[in-house]
Parts: sequence; C-alpha cells; structure tokens
Amino acid sequence: MAQVTELIHNYLRHNKKFPHVYCAGCGHGIVLGSLIRSVHGLGYSKDDIVLVAGIGCSGRMAVYVDFNTVHTTHGRALTFATGIKMANPKLKVIVVMGDGDAMAIGGNHLIHAARRNIGLTALVLNNNIYGMTGGQSSPTSPEGTVSATAPFGQLERSFDIVDMAITSGASYVARGTVMHVPMLDGLISDALEKPGFNLVEILTPCHTQYGRKNKFKTVVDMYTWYKTNTMKRELYAQKSPEEQQKLTPIGVFRDEGWPGLETRYAQLRTKLQEQESCQSSAN
Amino acid sequence: MATKKRKRKELFALGNEAVVEGALLAGCSFFAGYPITPSTEIAEVMSQRLPFVHDGVFIQMEDEIASMGAIIGASLAGRKTMTATSGPGFSLMQENLGYACMTEVPLVLVNVMRGGPSTGMPTSPAQGDVQQARWGCHGDHPIIVLSACNVQECLEMTIVAFNFAEKYRTPVILLLDEITAHTREKISLPFPDELEILARVAPAMPPEWYISYEETMRGVPPLPPLGSGYRFHVTGLTHDKNGFPTSKPDEVKALMYRQFRKIDQFFYDIQLVDEVQCEDAEIVVVAYGCVARSAELAVHMARERGVKAGFLKLKTLFPFPKSALQPLARQCRTIIVPEMNMGQLSREVKRVNNGLAQVQTINRIDGQIITPSEIFKSIMQA
Ligand SMILES: Cc1ncc(C[n+]2csc(CCOP(=O)(O)OP(=O)(O)O)c2C)c(N)n1
Ligand code: SF4
Repeated sequence: MAQVTELIHNYLRHNKKFPHVYCAGCGHGIVLGSLIRSVHGLGYSKDDIVLVAGIGCSGRMAVYVDFNTVHTTHGRALTFATGIKMANPKLKVIVVMGDGDAMAIGGNHLIHAARRNIGLTALVLNNNIYGMTGGQSSPTSPEGTVSATAPFGQLERSFDIVDMAITSGASYVARGTVMHVPMLDGLISDALEKPGFNLVEILTPCHTQYGRKNKFKTVVDMYTWYKTNTMKRELYAQKSPEEQQKLTPIGVFRDEGWPGLETRYAQLRTKLQEQESCQSSAN
Repeated sequence: MATKKRKRKELFALGNEAVVEGALLAGCSFFAGYPITPSTEIAEVMSQRLPFVHDGVFIQMEDEIASMGAIIGASLAGRKTMTATSGPGFSLMQENLGYACMTEVPLVLVNVMRGGPSTGMPTSPAQGDVQQARWGCHGDHPIIVLSACNVQECLEMTIVAFNFAEKYRTPVILLLDEITAHTREKISLPFPDELEILARVAPAMPPEWYISYEETMRGVPPLPPLGSGYRFHVTGLTHDKNGFPTSKPDEVKALMYRQFRKIDQFFYDIQLVDEVQCEDAEIVVVAYGCVARSAELAVHMARERGVKAGFLKLKTLFPFPKSALQPLARQCRTIIVPEMNMGQLSREVKRVNNGLAQVQTINRIDGQIITPSEIFKSIMQA
C-alpha cells in the first residue's frame, strides 16, 4: 500500500485534477496504473516523458499524469507525437488512444505512424465502443453487438488492431488485457524500451456503455470474460481452429527492434552535413 | 564610415522558393507538409534544405491534418515550424489550426490560393480563401493573416509571419496566390545581421512557479519547450490558467478575452500596409496579393492622365487594417477594391468605410488575374 501512495504522489496530479472522471469498473484506470508502474520501474525522469492523448475517456488520462502532457484532437494524437519526436528525439513519447480514436478517425495516422516506424509507444485502449460520446459503435465493436448507433446489432466486421499494426510495419506489437496486470506491466515496459513504433493493444472493459447493452450483467462479468476468452498466444496456437474462434490471443506478436524514423533521419542529416563540410573545406 | 559596402546575395527565385529563404532566415527548422499545387515547391525545397540546417527536420505527412498536427507538436517541442498548402489542404488544416489557436502554439501556415471550391482550378490563381483564413476554424478566435504581392515580399512577409507567431504566440497564416508563388523574379537576400528575428517568450521563473496560461502584461504567456523541466498540460478544451480543462464561465471568459486582447492591443504593430500616392488621392484602390501589382500600375497610369488616384496595399489582411483605411475613406471620393473572389475583403472595406466614400468592387473568379487596364478603366469611370 505504501508503494501505491508513493507512486500516486510521484506520478499523478493528485492535488489538481482528482477525483477523476472514470466510471466505477472502467478499465482505463488499470491501464494508467500499469503505465505508472512501468515508467517507475524503468526509472525514467518525468521531465523526459511526453504523454500525448487523443479525445475520449482514454484521452482524459493526459490530465492525470504529471508528465509533459498534450491532450490533442480526436484521432490526431499520433500526428502531434510524430512532430514532437522528430523535433526532439531524446523525449520518450507515449501516445494514449481509444479504439475509436486510433482505428476510425485516426486509422490513417496509425497506419502511417507504423509504416514510417516513428519511435513512439502507442497504447490503444480497446473497449470496443465509443465510451465518451455515449456508447456508439466503434470499428472494433464485434459483429452482432448492440450499441447506441447499432440498436439492431452491428452488421460491419471489426478491425484486428494487432494485425493492422503488423501489416503496416510497426516494429513491436503486443496485446494485453486489464485482467492480466503483471503481464500488461511487462508489455508496456517492454514497448517503452524498444526503438521504433511500438503498439500495445489493451483490452479494457466499458461496462457503462458496452457491457450493459451486451448482456454483461455486472462489471465483474466483463472482467471474467477477459479472463476466460483470452489466452497467451503460445497456448492459443495449439488450439483447434474452432476453439480459436472463441478466443483472443494475447502476448507479443512482433518484436523486430527496427530503428525509428527520428534516428534514421538524424543519421542522414549527419552524413549530408559531413559531406557538405568536406566539400567546402576541399574548395 | 570606412566600412566596405556589402553586396547582398541575389537570387532569381520563385515566390515559393523565396518563402523557404525567408523561413530559414527566420529560424524555421521544422517543416511538415503534403504536396499540393501550387504550393508544392515550398515542401520540395524544404526537403532539400532542412537536412543541412542544424537539427533541421523535413517530414512529408499522410495528409494536411497530420501536417498541422506534426508542426504543432514540433512547435511545442521548441521549434519554429511551418507548413504550406493550397485550398483543399487548407480546409483539412482547419481542425488542428483551431487547436493551435486555442492552445496558443506559434506556427506559420502558408496557403497558396488556387481556384476553388473543391479541387477547383489547381494551376490557376484565386483569392477565394480570404474569409476562410479569418474564420475557417470553428469558434471565436483571433488570428493574424498576412499576404505578399511579389517574390521579394514573399521572403519578407514570411519573416514577419514567424516573428508575429513567436511574439504573439499564435498561428499566422500567409496567404499567397498561384501567380505570386509561381512568379520568378530577382530578389536580394538580407544579411542575417540586418534582420530582427524574434524568439518566443521563455519563462523567467523556475518550474515550480510557472503557470502555463498566466495573464501577463502583453497577454502572451511564456512557453517553454516540452522536456525542459516545465511540465505542463496542453489541451484544446477551454482551460484555466494552469492549463487544465474548465468550463467555469469566469475562467473561460478570462482565457478567451486574453486571447483576443493579446492581438487587439498590438494592432498597430500588426497592421502592415503600403501607401502609394495617397496624400491627395480622390480615388483609392485597395488591393493585396497579385492583384496589388495590377492596381499599382493602374494608379500610375491614371496619374499620368492627371487623375488623383492612390493605392493602398494591404500586407496584413487580418486583423483588418482599419486605421490605415479610415482616414483615406474620409479623404477620398471612391474606393475601388479589385479581388479575385466575389468580394471577400471588400466586405471589410465596406464595414470600415461605413458610408464615407463610395466603394466599388471589381471581382473575377475565372482563374484570370484582374488586369491593370480593368482597374484603370474603373478609376477613369469613377
Ligand atoms: C472531430 C471529432 N469528431 C467527433 C468527436 C466526438 N468524440 C469525442 S470522443 C469520441 C469517441 C471516443 O471513443 P474512443 O476513442 O473509443 O475512446 P473511449 O471514450 O472509449 O475511451 C468521439 C466520437 C470529436 N471530439 N471530434
Ligand atoms: S464510459 Fe466507459 S470508457 Fe468511459 S469512463 Fe465510463 S466505463 Fe470508462
């Protein structure tokens, strides 16, 4: 308990913006805890971290943490973060987005951030719904689920965030849940330490807007679902295709360690400037 | 004085290239953009030049929304930043431009106007984005909009744009048009020591005392770069003086009024115009951008015929240079406003004129410049 208090005092704007806006049972707070423990464990200085967030309940996280924080526009967090990282590669840039944020309005930015492999850590808090605006469908709402804008069930298929990130060229891609907290701590710490574009999809419940409409009687039912319906990808791989249908694999899906764009750009710049100074001294 | 007269370096440059020269002289070290005619040369030349600038960064983004996001991020990280676009891209930039207004992030946005709306006429000039530059992003906000009418001015006004952006901690829009951007002319590069280059206000206090949106004399709060030990919150939500979201009427009012005040109270610093033969003018032509060159020539032609014509060139479009126009409106009989739109700036002229002189407009939206003879004809008939 004492350690929790210490972390709260050290890393949260505890005397400014609390109580927070999250509903009881919301998974976003668990992600916040995991992020704080990871940053603390890695010994980063708060001054060196920039937390960039989109708009949504997830994006509100930016207000609570005592880092450099930029609460941007809906879906655009990665573009701001790209500018920050290219302008000052020494900064640790963490981007927090919701599933609507990252996959709908910001889908194109996500693809391109992954493609150019800009050195950021992107946390996508996937609750399969638009939480903040009152429970409308998101691109990750599973087929058949009910929402404020799919009252008769979602007809569209949903995105797989991990597959999307891998196909787009991200250097490190993982999936965790708020029900597997030690593992989540590990994944976030891992991602923070890797070069290039790192994405961690985090499955997190929104009982208020998603669970209640989709036959999860209580918040606990939702957490239980994450426990029984996800599986470490190594074990998942051994399951039959029928069993796999019902399960979501979690763990690390790609880990390449490719250098970020900011590093490659700095190398190019150094090379060009050296060539230029050689030429001018030769003249 | 025995000092040898220095010769300025001369270039035969496009308007777009002159913008790059101006930006680099002003200390721009970060450019993000997306190709679009007729602004593309700005991005291309930036991609050539910035890798040779200390810590310079050029990045081509996936669209104009992203370009704005990137330059805002980089500006918050302490850089002088710029993007360049044209109509369709300018529309996409409005969302994050509004964010930059609300969060008071210095940056320069060059919009080279082409025929619109929509894809319009990509390679033809227009001046149809004047009111969009003023009011394109939603919500009430002050903004500085500048223009240039020739290649040398492209360089000079880009420097002014950076200085205003930093001094007033605000986005500045430089409105060019296809003709000005694609005209090639001889320009001379000022020596760096001839220029006054302004930096943004840095906090004078230690981080513990720093209040990120504090009320100050000039209404411009200091802005330290991200990562410099001053940890603060930036949000597009209305915020209190500590930068945290608020919707309390008194706090919102203080924020919004300060943002207007910081521009309004320095109106005389921001209002830039050139007057030509206005002293005794009975007919004054008010113009900006490429049309200003036609207007100036038309005024000279009229003077040769003994007509008392004068020319007011607007380099600042917004805040609208009302105190330059008002005395002329009192003095002259007729004001002629030629523009390549259906009368976007003449609305402002009429508002300030307020019935004093007769205001005539010459409007063209067919992708052709308004010629000196068209303006001359109007002067002679006025
Ligand atoms: C351009 C724009 N469109 C729409 C909105 C309204 N809006 C705010 S948050 C949000 C969706 C939030 O859902 P998600 O990203 O999944 O995050 P969550 O709230 O579930 O954490 C929307 C549509 C907005 N702020 N800006
Ligand atoms: S609406 Fe959903 S996502 Fe938002 S705070 Fe409540 S539980 Fe969390």
